[in-house]
Amino acid sequence: MAALTLVLESLTYRYAGALRPSLHEVSLELREGEVLGLVGASEAGKTTICLVASGLAPRTVGGTLSGRLLLDGEDTAPLAMHDLAGRIGIAFASPATQLSGVAATVYEEVAFGPMNLGVPRSELIARTEEALSALRIESLADRDPAQLSGGQQQLVAIAGLLALRPAHLVLDEPTAQLDPAGTAMVAAALAGLAANGASILVAEQKTDLLAGICSRVAAIDAGRVVLDGPAVEVLADPRLTDLGVAPPAAVRLRRAAAEANLPAASLARLADAIAEVPPR
Amino acid sequence: MTTVLAVLSGGLLGPAILAVVAVVLPALIGRILGRLLRTALLLSLPIAISVLLVNLFFFPAGREILFQVGPITATAEGLGFALETLARIGAISGAITLFYLTTPPSELVLDLERRGVSPRIAFVALASVQTVPALVERAATITAAQRARGLDTEGSVWRRLRGVLPLAGPVLLGSITEVEERTMALEARGFTHPGRRTLLWWPADSARQRVARWLLVLAVPLLIVARALGWLGWLR
Repeated sequence: MAALTLVLESLTYRYAGALRPSLHEVSLELREGEVLGLVGASEAGKTTICLVASGLAPRTVGGTLSGRLLLDGEDTAPLAMHDLAGRIGIAFASPATQLSGVAATVYEEVAFGPMNLGVPRSELIARTEEALSALRIESLADRDPAQLSGGQQQLVAIAGLLALRPAHLVLDEPTAQLDPAGTAMVAAALAGLAANGASILVAEQKTDLLAGICSRVAAIDAGRVVLDGPAVEVLADPRLTDLGVAPPAAVRLRRAAAEANLPAASLARLADAIAEVPPR
Repeated sequence: MTTVLAVLSGGLLGPAILAVVAVVLPALIGRILGRLLRTALLLSLPIAISVLLVNLFFFPAGREILFQVGPITATAEGLGFALETLARIGAISGAITLFYLTTPPSELVLDLERRGVSPRIAFVALASVQTVPALVERAATITAAQRARGLDTEGSVWRRLRGVLPLAGPVLLGSITEVEERTMALEARGFTHPGRRTLLWWPADSARQRVARWLLVLAVPLLIVARALGWLGWLR
């Protein structure tokens, strides 16, 4: 079995000034090459888990955290944010605020992270070109990031993250502003990264996307993990709808077929075929 | 440097020569003279008009009367002083405009960083410049959204003033939220990493540019000495 690389151990987190914690005793584990999906209604705590898992909370965001965040077996409590930057990367839903705002071209924007870490220039160029190529946005290299569409900016932001070559990725609704083609591109890039051993935590509303890339899914409600298991099981769990999460199309089709007493075998084959179609 | 020299040289001829050598000539070579003159004029016109009127009509040491407008008299001494000041303003606004038209902020920041300025200071300087268009765009979006919801931002001054509040709040709060998110993104991308950053590229610095810079720097102490010894009387 692959080694545990990212472990959230009984994490309870309260934002500065908040009366109650936003996360309660959250425990999640990610293994090498594993993609863990996080689902839940708005305000359930998905973004907070992402902030805590990336180390930004409480380091940058403030607040109080109890429990442990382990990275490759190492407790991250004594580490500064810049120590974590090359090891764990985070992408947010809003693309514009993830851009540095100072790069004149997409190429410089993607290179911004490794530049900060002081990687040698030849490696910096290699990383930048590799990240642009992974998301197939080489054609945008000379464009001004501020002039791109929201979807293109999100791809640039994710490319900037990939250029840091972190072993762990935390993505908070990374495809929220992407069109179906962009979503498929991000899904393919994430699957490729996971195949190379990266562990990825991805919070998403698009359960069809999660069904395509996640091996495990956890459902969050009111800051607690209420479901955690293999993606196929959790995404088909009837309780998901009560949590404010729409199941994937294949699951909805199976349920509709069952309710209408339609021939189960043929519809199951159709549902399986839908599940295998890449997210659009 | 041109600005400092324009102040130091004094008189009418000094700033004029400086404007020709350090502003007009480089602008001609860079083929931006037309844009430079237009922008510099726009930049300096309000202050130039006020300097001319105040000195022409209210110069305290004015004796030789040129003409009268009602109770106010225009004096030759006032006109002379106004022209000297205008020459300085012209040289200064020309130099600032030349800098603005020929130096992209990102290149300036990279060059400063290459010369040892802290990346944080350089970032703050550049981000401040780059944020302005984004802020204007946000304000335009919010204005359009509020208008769509019936906010009246046109008409009398009072109406316009009343319309500002519902716009200022969202613009300000949105900007604060954006700064918070951007801070997180920067932290996550190693912005606070200690040690020297790797620069992807830096602006070319030719031998001619270096010579021009050093000549301007050397001219400062020379002008100070020349002025102290009274050698610059011929520039008036």
